[in-house]
Amino acid sequence: MAGKCDTRARLLQGNESCAEAALLAGVRFFAGYPITPSSEIAEILSERLPQLGGKFIQMEDEIASMAAVVGASLAGMKAMTATSGPGFSLKQENLGFASFTEVPCVIVNVQRTGPSTGLPTSPGQGDLMQARWGTHGDHPVVALYPSSVSETFDLTVKAVNIAERLRVPVVLLMDEVVAHMRERVIVPCEDEIEIAWRPRPTVPPEDYLPYEAGPNGVPAMADFGTGYRWHITGLYHDTTGFPTSAPAKVDQLVRRLCGKITNHKRDITFTWDEHMDDAKVAVVACGIVARSARRAVRLAREKGIAAGVFQPKTIWPFPHEQVAEIAARVDRIVVPEMNMGQLVGEVQCAARGKCEVIGYSRVDGEPITPEEILAVLSEV
Amino acid sequence: MISAGNPEAPVLVRREWCKGCGICIAMCPKKVLESAPDGKALVARPDDCIKCETCEIMCPDFAIRVVAKKAAAPDQGREAVRGGR
Amino acid sequence: MARSIDEYLRARFMPHIWCPGCGHGIILNALLRAIARLDLPNDKVCVVSGIGCASRAPGYLDFNTLHTTHGRAIAFATGIKLANPDLHVIVVTGDGDGAAIGGNHLIHAARRNMGVTTIMFNNSIYGMTSGQYSPLTPSGRLATTAPYGNVERNFDMCELVKASGANYVARATVAHARQLSTYIERAITTSGFAFVEAVGNCPTYFGRRNKLGGPVEMVEALKKNSITAAAAAKLDPAEIRGKIIIGEFYRGDAPGYIELYDGVIERAKEAAGK
Ligand SMILES: Cc1ncc(C[n+]2csc(CCOP(=O)(O)OP(=O)(O)O)c2C)c(N)n1
Ligand code: SF4
Ligand code: SF4
Ligand code: SF4
Ligand SMILES: [Mg+2]
Repeated sequence: MAGKCDTRARLLQGNESCAEAALLAGVRFFAGYPITPSSEIAEILSERLPQLGGKFIQMEDEIASMAAVVGASLAGMKAMTATSGPGFSLKQENLGFASFTEVPCVIVNVQRTGPSTGLPTSPGQGDLMQARWGTHGDHPVVALYPSSVSETFDLTVKAVNIAERLRVPVVLLMDEVVAHMRERVIVPCEDEIEIAWRPRPTVPPEDYLPYEAGPNGVPAMADFGTGYRWHITGLYHDTTGFPTSAPAKVDQLVRRLCGKITNHKRDITFTWDEHMDDAKVAVVACGIVARSARRAVRLAREKGIAAGVFQPKTIWPFPHEQVAEIAARVDRIVVPEMNMGQLVGEVQCAARGKCEVIGYSRVDGEPITPEEILAVLSEV
Repeated sequence: MISAGNPEAPVLVRREWCKGCGICIAMCPKKVLESAPDGKALVARPDDCIKCETCEIMCPDFAIRVVAKKAAAPDQGREAVRGGR
Repeated sequence: MARSIDEYLRARFMPHIWCPGCGHGIILNALLRAIARLDLPNDKVCVVSGIGCASRAPGYLDFNTLHTTHGRAIAFATGIKLANPDLHVIVVTGDGDGAAIGGNHLIHAARRNMGVTTIMFNNSIYGMTSGQYSPLTPSGRLATTAPYGNVERNFDMCELVKASGANYVARATVAHARQLSTYIERAITTSGFAFVEAVGNCPTYFGRRNKLGGPVEMVEALKKNSITAAAAAKLDPAEIRGKIIIGEFYRGDAPGYIELYDGVIERAKEAAGK
């Protein structure tokens, strides 16, 4: 394959785009458990991974899938899993383990209408907060949220890279609509994209401190079986990796972990906007709703309404700074979302009362249409 | 390692690891061991030791070692490693 | 030649946290002696555990060590083994960790014949959380959550794992430490899934509450109450009720998952090449 790659346009389904991008980014391990609307990712990877010498396994449940992903990553493979709401709930404890022990991994959550079994084949955006706070305790996590098949490709590569570079779990939140739609994607060649790996130890095993922060706050990670015999535990640990409950060390660890996100926020924040320069009303939306918003804003402009759209592609850490800046110069922010109001709370928090913030919820399992958003924009 | 008594003793007790559970004392077939005043194992009758290693194998704390090993290892024969896959 | 078990201990952390006379130490001792006889280099061994007193073992071992979440050790181990099949992946689990919350992972790893060795440290109780009953607490025994006696029946883990498809299944008690170590050695050398149930003792919770005496009495009782599989086969069920049956229950050589997946990779590459 190498050497004769041509950048090419392909018609891909969202889930397919995610799977192909993961392979290009170097993912060689997938463990999962079937669940609509994410199953295509597993199906495609079960076929593609072994072709590349990688490993696929269908585990007995999502708890085990998440655990196997962490295990494979520790043994040196870039690893990923994919699921939807009920499975995402089951993954949380081991996702927290990965976050706390700094094991790189990517978790795709193709959202469906929840709670519980909900509407298994309908879209929903109810897992926004779960992606941030699904597991217990303070912990670092990153979540990216594409609005198209092409963005899915791009953000999947970025998810793998961020997971590796910062040694954090990265959640790729997807909408069922995007997962199942087919769109044109320009698939890059391997040498056209950046491919990151976890930082590696530069010291001999006897000097290796597995949890000593590197220059960017991220410790170097040795693969199991390479001579660096280290210990990993979900208990609080010091730089040696062994348990400690010394208050100063406990404090230091949790602050360093959370600092990995805050200190790299600029490198991991991706956003998109249109017509924001002179906007008096901004629509802040993510995933598929951002696309309806884009159309709504164009229609609003035709009607003479000074509207703009802002799409956080990085949902966690939330781009508070950008939203604050928008709030300072618009009269109103409209936040349409397919849940009872999760994004709007974050926008309100960022806006700090500098402008009016209006939420719009649709929770009937149907996507929000441009016309609905236009109607909200038209109500002055 | 700190030997209790005779430095030539075939059995040594690592006192800082011994928790004084008494298992080695009870299991020794030759009653070589006794409980010291602090409860830890004491090699009281080293000359009676037959180097059977029972004490070492039964100690939950890796605290007692038979230093003078018998020629043949008491554990059963070695298994071939078949790659462990 | 065989190594000393001292090469495998992180001696700086000793003495370990286990209570005086805790059978977990005897089982760990048997495990290290097995690894020493096999002369395995430290770097080639990976020990994975869940949560519980037993699961604290890896911290004391100079291998690639992973202390995971409650019940999930086998699933983590599965990922490690798949990513690096050259490692000897050994799971240390408790009876609660491996038979209750982690029971599903255990039977599925056995069914897949995954190349992982699992040692269940069965002390008949939840030790770490101070003495609640587990799926391996014998009926009638007392526990902090069974103040009137346990009305649940306990699993026969060896029957369960054997039926699930493992390549090696054995049980011994800490009173049979030599035999136990031999079984563990055979388990490690098994290709495919191997399971050893090590029946031990928790003097602090199980022993005290059930008035079974101290560590010595508990170990002696294990010896007295055990019966070999061969002897048990000749008795009728009423006579062996309440006895611990020890021995090897299964040794098979069905192809393991790793081997079979190597075949998948071959076929996939062929298909992709076409
Ligand atoms: C998800 C979860 N549930 C419950 C616990 C609490 N917990 C810790 S150890 C344990 C039981 C351990 O018992 P066992 O596996 O038999 O190990 P032992 O302590 O007896 O060696 C429990 C219930 C936990 N840590 N995580
Ligand atoms: S080696 Fe055997 S005889 Fe000697 S002290 Fe130990 S148990 Fe007793
Ligand atoms: S068995 Fe070990 S811990 Fe117990 S008394 Fe003997 S030496 Fe000490
Ligand atoms: S509580 Fe029981 S199982 Fe835990 S260390 Fe103490 S004796 Fe061992
Ligand atoms: Mg237990």
